[in-house]
Amino acid sequence: MSYIAKPKVHHPSLRKNALGLTRRDYEGAITTLCAGCGHDSVTAAIVQAFWDLDIEPYKVAKLSGIGCSSKTPAYFLREAHGFNSVHGRMPAIATGAGAANRDLILIGISGDGDSLSIGLGQLCHAIRRNVNLLYVLENNGVYGLTKGQFSASADHGSTSKKGEINGMNAIDSALLAISLGATFVARSFSGDKAQLVPLLKAGLAHKGLAFIDVISPCVTFNDHEGSTKGYAYTREHQIELVQADYVPEHSEITTDYEPGSVKNVLLHDGSTLRLRKVAEEYDPTDRDRAYALIRERQRLGEVATGLLYISPDAPDMIEQSEAIAEPVYNQPFENLCPGSAELEKLQLRFR
Amino acid sequence: MSNQVNEFAFKIATPNGTGSASANSLIMQTIFRMGIPVTGKNLFPSNIQGLPTWYEIRVNKDGYTARTPIFDMMVAMNSATYEKDIQEVRSGGWLVYDSTWPLDERLRRHDINFIGVPLAEMCASAFRGVRERILMKNIAYAGALAALLGMDTDIIRALTKEKYSKKQSLLESNDRAIDLGFNYVKDNYACPLPIQLETMDATKDCILIDGNTSASLGCVFAGATVGAWYPITPSTSMMEGFKGFCQKYRRDPETKKNRYVILQAEDELAAIGMVIGASWAGARAFTPTSGPGISLMNEFLGLAYYAEVPAVIFDVQRTGPSTGMPTRTQQGDLMLCAYASHGDTKHICLYPSDPREAFEFAVAAFDLAERFQSPVMVLTDLDIGMNDWMIPKLTWDDSYRPDRGKVLSAAELDDLKSFSRYLDVDADGIPYRSLPGVHPKGAYFTRGSGHNKFGGYTEDGDEYQEVLDRIARKIQSAALAVPAPIVHRRAGAKLGLVTVGGCHAACKEALDLMAADGTPIDYMRVRGFPFGDEVRDFLESHETNYIVEQNRDGQLRSLLTLETGVPKSKTESILYYAGFPMSAHHVISGVQKTARRAS
Ligand SMILES: Cc1ncc(C[n+]2csc(CCOP(=O)(O)OP(=O)(O)O)c2C)c(N)n1
Ligand code: SF4
Ligand SMILES: [Mg+2]
Repeated sequence: MSYIAKPKVHHPSLRKNALGLTRRDYEGAITTLCAGCGHDSVTAAIVQAFWDLDIEPYKVAKLSGIGCSSKTPAYFLREAHGFNSVHGRMPAIATGAGAANRDLILIGISGDGDSLSIGLGQLCHAIRRNVNLLYVLENNGVYGLTKGQFSASADHGSTSKKGEINGMNAIDSALLAISLGATFVARSFSGDKAQLVPLLKAGLAHKGLAFIDVISPCVTFNDHEGSTKGYAYTREHQIELVQADYVPEHSEITTDYEPGSVKNVLLHDGSTLRLRKVAEEYDPTDRDRAYALIRERQRLGEVATGLLYISPDAPDMIEQSEAIAEPVYNQPFENLCPGSAELEKLQLRFR
Repeated sequence: MSNQVNEFAFKIATPNGTGSASANSLIMQTIFRMGIPVTGKNLFPSNIQGLPTWYEIRVNKDGYTARTPIFDMMVAMNSATYEKDIQEVRSGGWLVYDSTWPLDERLRRHDINFIGVPLAEMCASAFRGVRERILMKNIAYAGALAALLGMDTDIIRALTKEKYSKKQSLLESNDRAIDLGFNYVKDNYACPLPIQLETMDATKDCILIDGNTSASLGCVFAGATVGAWYPITPSTSMMEGFKGFCQKYRRDPETKKNRYVILQAEDELAAIGMVIGASWAGARAFTPTSGPGISLMNEFLGLAYYAEVPAVIFDVQRTGPSTGMPTRTQQGDLMLCAYASHGDTKHICLYPSDPREAFEFAVAAFDLAERFQSPVMVLTDLDIGMNDWMIPKLTWDDSYRPDRGKVLSAAELDDLKSFSRYLDVDADGIPYRSLPGVHPKGAYFTRGSGHNKFGGYTEDGDEYQEVLDRIARKIQSAALAVPAPIVHRRAGAKLGLVTVGGCHAACKEALDLMAADGTPIDYMRVRGFPFGDEVRDFLESHETNYIVEQNRDGQLRSLLTLETGVPKSKTESILYYAGFPMSAHHVISGVQKTARRAS
């Protein structure tokens, strides 16, 4: 079986973005995931976000680990380099690629098994380094690809398809990210494109690691009664805290917002993130408040979604490394090699 | 008794963490600047303070640098190991000890000479504070040795002056401590001893350097821009070296920004992942590690092999298995590195024998990794990596340009009708590569899962096999590109001797000694893997080949028989794996043992 290339038929009526590209140009191969899988909805939102932002696909590198979720980079941005690496190790690949070429736009796709079990360490350290990466965790509470084992995000007391009850506490990735000092933490739902697309766009514009935990139900192994990451459960218990609207720097802000409920966050590229507080007075730049709020909602059996925390000015990995403004990977050799005269001089030290 | 001029060995025993390193390097450098060939081996414990440490110095006018098992003199500065240290002196030799405290008479040997120097007492009255007294006691024994061995005191003065030019008070203390030891010995003993130094002219074109420093310098000269690592003895000083050289040579003169990125990873899995990510994005990237790190890197190494991503890995070997003896040397990772990871894999390996080759092979490793789009392992060991070796000066050819391999530029991609990542366009097994962020036509999906020659996912057996077979051809073709074995044949030789890496010094000396004794033996030192025809031809041309290496299981021997098809019966192992560098004596007694068995 070879992979299925999607026929690239252009419909004349498809809208074009500023680059003259249609949404189709941001798609990839046809998905091989189960029909109705939440991950495919996330893929569609990613396509939309890149198209909206007029990003040239080839400037992007899309990376992943292993899992159903990690397969999805094949299904968007066919003109971008992809790297489906090994289980739980996407962050290391992203870190290296970002170190070599700081101009790459990095998006990493992972699953809850990939990120919260085998790759938990790498997730934590990528957050600590503040790698300039949009990190999307497609969270379904199970290992999809290995057929339905509980993952570390499965809620205490939730049941598997086979009826087993999970007796362990879940790792809440958003709480984890906030406590590790992440500079952008959001949570959304695969079925809520209206919320997810602006968050993805804001995450792409964010300098540093933008972590988005997307509840993305596995229809095959985790969408039954007793699962807490299925469609029905999530729709019912999702509480939108903050609605984010991403406004690119070159567009005028035209939409009207209800007075007194809008907060503008200026992103590093000059664009603005407009946050509409739909739930209550909520300040996503207050780390302690963000942490407390997720916990409060959890106690009520609710899932707080939206942009939970942002710190737009923290230096990212490459700034911390004090590297030159250009990518290091293609520096001219003359700039890298000291040459024979220097070698001769240096060796006086070793006599 | 006749004098032993420029041909002797001595050993300095100290407790770890008492600052003997600067005294020892002062002694080494003085002898070296007197033009006399010298080597130093630091035998240190896995501990920060307190456990015993020895520093062995061998002076040899003929330039032999291997470890020697016979010590003419011991400088016993560690009361905890007195008993053992005294036993180690050859009959008729000398023992220097701190006579501040009387020597336990039970330890006295009557066949050696005891030289007592009240080091602690002298330093207690000359210096203030515990720290300075302890440090200066070391410098004082260096002064005593200067008198006993006949070191050139002008050179010693020049060295301390260079070293402490910016710290006048330290310079004064050091000079004072040297005088204390020197004058006491001069006044109380006949100097110099029969083991003595005499100025020569044999080190003019040489340097004293350790292999981690030279390998890191190789990375700088090769144009490496990303280094990722997780600290592990004995590789740690390699990244420290890289950082130091980068700070000197890789700062943009205007912006003061770095033309490199160093990533201290959370573990070796991450370190190799970062190297693969950086190389995939086009950088020359490397990671230094040791055996435990290689074990952790296995899964990723298979990915790099199969997805054809360059990576340069330095394995500064230490003793295994498991944590083993972290501060002792071995060649225990030969097999692991050659076939690291599950499935059918085989990796290009380079085996430097000293710090000079560590520098040269570091550069070669990047060229090979990018040319063959595959991981390249550079295997040194603790002895090469951390000890000071006397080597011919490093040289650099300014016409060198890195071989970046078949990487398509934006313009080349633009001209192409279409690009397929794994097509064997040139029928040499090496496909063309594109970098992310360069051109839309270059896009492909890198994966460790089954793929066909176009880069597409596949579960089709034929498509899968086609790619896997091409990779095997590609790696085998690297046999012609890795450094060729060094072969030295001797007239009348019937036997062959094969070795790898740092055993070279011991083998060279042993072969010279045996030839002088009427047993000429042919010699081959392998320097790269996969092996080429030359390696097989050498083995085939001898009825018996001794394979000399530092591990228990004869890993080089296994590799040689596996890869060349030469029957194991044509080979005999000579093994030494106790954790210290090998000496000529190990090689000679190994040859004699098998010869006895055969007769
Ligand atoms: C080293 C290693 N161990 C185990 C596996 C098997 N494996 C593949 S995917 C997976 C779990 C994936 O779960 P998750 O990341 O949640 O992705 P999902 O399929 O749920 O999207 C496992 C255990 C593997 N590929 N590699
Ligand atoms: S098994 Fe679950 S996660 Fe995997 S593709 Fe099917 S629905 Fe999606
Ligand atoms: Mg999952």
